[in-house]
Amino acid sequence: MYLADRRSSATATAEAAPGHGPGRSAVRAVSATVLALGTVSLITDISSEMVTAVLPLYLVAGLGVSPLGFGLLDGIYNGVGALVKLSAGVVADRGGGRHKAVALVGYGLSALCKPLLLVAGSVAALGAVLAVDRTGKGLRTAPRDALISLSSEPEHRGRAFGVHRAMDTAGALLGPLLAFVLLRATQGQLLVVGGDRAGYRAVFAVSGCVAAVGVVVLLLFVPGRSSGGAAGGRPAVTRALWRLAGLRRLTVCAVLLGLTTVSDSFVYLLIQRQLDLPAQYFPLLPLGTAAGFLLLAVPFGLLADKVGRRGLFLAGHGALLTGYGLLLGAGGGGWVPFAVLALHGTFYAATDGVLAAAAADVIPEAHRGAGLALVGTGQTAARFVCSLGFGAAWTAWGPHSALAAAAGALALAAVLVAVLLRTERPA
Amino acid sequence: MSRTARLTVLLVTLLLLGGVATVSVLHAADRAGRRDVAQQGGPTVAPGAVSLRPGARTVVFRSTAWGPHRDELAAVPADRPQAERTASGVKCERFYAAAGTGICLRADPGAVQDGYRAVVMDAQLHDLKSFPLAGIPSRSRVSPSGHLAAWTVFTSGDNYGSLNFSTRTSIVDTRDWHLEENLETFAVLKDGQRYQAQDINVWGVTFADDTTFYATVASAGQTWLVRGDLGARTLTTLHSNVECPSLSPDGTRVAYKHRITGAANDVPWLLYVLDLRTGVETPTAESRSVDDQAVWADDHTLVYALPGDYGSDLWTVPADGSGAARELLGAALAPAYLG
Repeated sequence: MYLADRRSSATATAEAAPGHGPGRSAVRAVSATVLALGTVSLITDISSEMVTAVLPLYLVAGLGVSPLGFGLLDGIYNGVGALVKLSAGVVADRGGGRHKAVALVGYGLSALCKPLLLVAGSVAALGAVLAVDRTGKGLRTAPRDALISLSSEPEHRGRAFGVHRAMDTAGALLGPLLAFVLLRATQGQLLVVGGDRAGYRAVFAVSGCVAAVGVVVLLLFVPGRSSGGAAGGRPAVTRALWRLAGLRRLTVCAVLLGLTTVSDSFVYLLIQRQLDLPAQYFPLLPLGTAAGFLLLAVPFGLLADKVGRRGLFLAGHGALLTGYGLLLGAGGGGWVPFAVLALHGTFYAATDGVLAAAAADVIPEAHRGAGLALVGTGQTAARFVCSLGFGAAWTAWGPHSALAAAAGALALAAVLVAVLLRTERPA
Repeated sequence: MSRTARLTVLLVTLLLLGGVATVSVLHAADRAGRRDVAQQGGPTVAPGAVSLRPGARTVVFRSTAWGPHRDELAAVPADRPQAERTASGVKCERFYAAAGTGICLRADPGAVQDGYRAVVMDAQLHDLKSFPLAGIPSRSRVSPSGHLAAWTVFTSGDNYGSLNFSTRTSIVDTRDWHLEENLETFAVLKDGQRYQAQDINVWGVTFADDTTFYATVASAGQTWLVRGDLGARTLTTLHSNVECPSLSPDGTRVAYKHRITGAANDVPWLLYVLDLRTGVETPTAESRSVDDQAVWADDHTLVYALPGDYGSDLWTVPADGSGAARELLGAALAPAYLG
């Protein structure tokens, strides 16, 4: 699959990069708007991840409640987020580009939630605040990606998304660090069961201030787009999007692969169980994935511009499949968890921003926001369905067989996608 | 707006928000400092030796009263809970003890984030052996003989950027240090059938003897009381809607958290007692939500923690559903009755 993909990418490189100078640095070639959006994402992710990192501690220690069952709400929020994302994309395209305005509302809504955490004293109130926060996240994603694609030259979109995703992930890694430094500075011990909430309140207050800085940077340094395509009503948008054969095909591919992409939490559980990893390393596993994503996002963005975004997107799923294979066939060995996490990070770096760049290739400017939202929502929904299916398979057959089934399905989906993408010249 | 104007606005914003952030951190740090000073009217605490050895009947617990001995294990005579507290100098997040063996779930201050350990202690509160923990300490228990110790932690972070929680429960044999690290590897038997699911969680062990224990198993949004067998490595479901069981000293009843469906999120659990022979459930007179694994002070009396002004307070209520709840010890949690 990987070889077939490389053959089709070679022609793409010849076509897509005639005047491509090798000496230009990645950052210099990225537009000021992309850097500004990357900065906004970095700042916002510091703010949101510092809250996410201490929330379990806050629930157990600060509010004195068990966090079990709280996770149930999480699935509902993600569902709400997907619906919001799609409508935000459509609204943002109206009148030739209200992307900045819609993104601003999204970032602003999430920033407002941070001070609200200070007054939310019960699990129910906390749940409501987090739901609004998710809504903000759903609102901002598609218009933000539309702005990134619109402010980059088509041949450098992969790099632009790579730089943005790297900055975003850096923020996600810095957030928890800042939160724990603050907790350390404000109280001797992190865990005072049912105890004083002052330290957590400081974390929420600082998080709110950081989020507000993100909104201000967006307001000041990201230009709004006044030019752009014609205004269109909602039915026109839907019809126009459906007529785009390229977008249709890419969405189908993203959904097919999404249906066989086992969710992160299952991957970490599988690493821990299949490889019998000592329990205390469990919380560190997501950091491994994030570090891989951070390191590889920019190089893979550059690579995507050279060898073709669709090919790399497919190859990224090849990395995931290799990871599944290692988990299935591993007979121990200390290097295996590292290899699986590296492959998991590689998968994200080769697919997350790369899919957005590939989608932008086939969506006209006037419908960029809605089109990106369609691909993203399709992928998210498919992964959610995969989670449910994988959980059921685990229950029925046990983890090893469930993973084997997922790996088989992923291989099949990859072959189908390779055929689907080959019927059309890559952009 | 010109570039200079934009940079000026950004600078002013940074200064303003930076000021707000700094003030909130300083305010929190100041509060933290004041917690090291004893409160007026609080319990009197004096340093001294605390022993887990059988002798005069005492309660050993974590004292959360403000002052220099905050969060240390402390002891008071069981019949005079308001007496001066003897503080041991040993700090634990969660604690339990029986027959001269203590289990202490302890935070290890790290450079950035705390790590946690389960420490098995001898009767003089000296560390015997410790085990790294995968998450936030929640429950701990010791078998009546002092041979087995169990603990539960909350793990999170298995979903990057999300809020999913699960529990992990371990049991160690202090005679040969054999560790069952994760009770989820035991076979769950429900209605005579092997029950398998990816979302099984086990928590809240309470020991009958050195083979048999009771615990909570949760899956698919439901909870069950299970009887565990360490030799057979099985967990057999006995009763539904039971969390954090606590076996009475005579082994006939289990006190537990009963989830009230349809109630407001703020009042999810009531303290009930289940008779293991008859299956009859009795609500206790405590009407507030109890999120704790209760402790039996004797065959008729339950003790449990509720949130209070200084962390949490210990309350007591009769196990047979009669009487009323009354406060036992302020600024205290994780009690163990010894002697």
